[in-house]
Amino acid sequence: MIRVTQEPFDPGAEANSFQAAHVGAGAMVTFTGIVRSKPNDPITALILECYPELAENELAAIRETALSRFGLIDALIIHRHGRLVPGETIMMVATLAPHRQAAFEGAQFLMDYLKTGAPFWKQEETPTGLRWVDANVEDDTARERWADGTSTVPKAEK
Amino acid sequence: MKVLYFAWLRERLNRSSDEVSPPPEVVTLADLVTWLRTQDEALDISMANPAIFKLSRDARIVPWDTPIAGAREIAILPPMTGG
Repeated sequence: MIRVTQEPFDPGAEANSFQAAHVGAGAMVTFTGIVRSKPNDPITALILECYPELAENELAAIRETALSRFGLIDALIIHRHGRLVPGETIMMVATLAPHRQAAFEGAQFLMDYLKTGAPFWKQEETPTGLRWVDANVEDDTARERWADGTSTVPKAEK
Repeated sequence: MKVLYFAWLRERLNRSSDEVSPPPEVVTLADLVTWLRTQDEALDISMANPAIFKLSRDARIVPWDTPIAGAREIAILPPMTGG
């Protein structure tokens, strides 16, 4: 399932209901992205701009690719947009598979692809004003590691 | 056809979209970008490094050589920073 929303959500509750809907699975991996404010470079909010129609299409395509490539039983992607404050959940990914490796790799693949392939743009609200978050070269590198079709987890994961 | 702009590109142009009627020699999305840049100096400067941008046609990301014929909505997408 794909959900692009401005509304807050409870990642624990989402994971539980996602798991409960697939009693045949042997492994679930979840990832939750959280708004972070660094002590030496604080932000008061993270504003996510989105092109919702494109986001839904691209996330659905990424999900379908992950399902077939890793033999996943199901995959869940929820991504918020709008104004979020530190500590709030930005997005989550969950994968269900017969065994752990496919679940881990499927989740990693989804994260690496949606970092640079889904139309969201982060802007930080700081005490001195607004600033756009630069695209991260490491995110491109993480994504490119999947391009040769081998399903190994990128080694440079931070 | 409608052209959408997002994030810092939208800010630099001071608008989120244009309604455009490109001339017949504009065949592909790449042609459209080239033509749009001749129409607007701010867009031209903002897209000085065009390789960083992705383009979508009717809400699907497509290659730059995709034809624009029949398109309803094109978007110019700065590097994405989701997740």
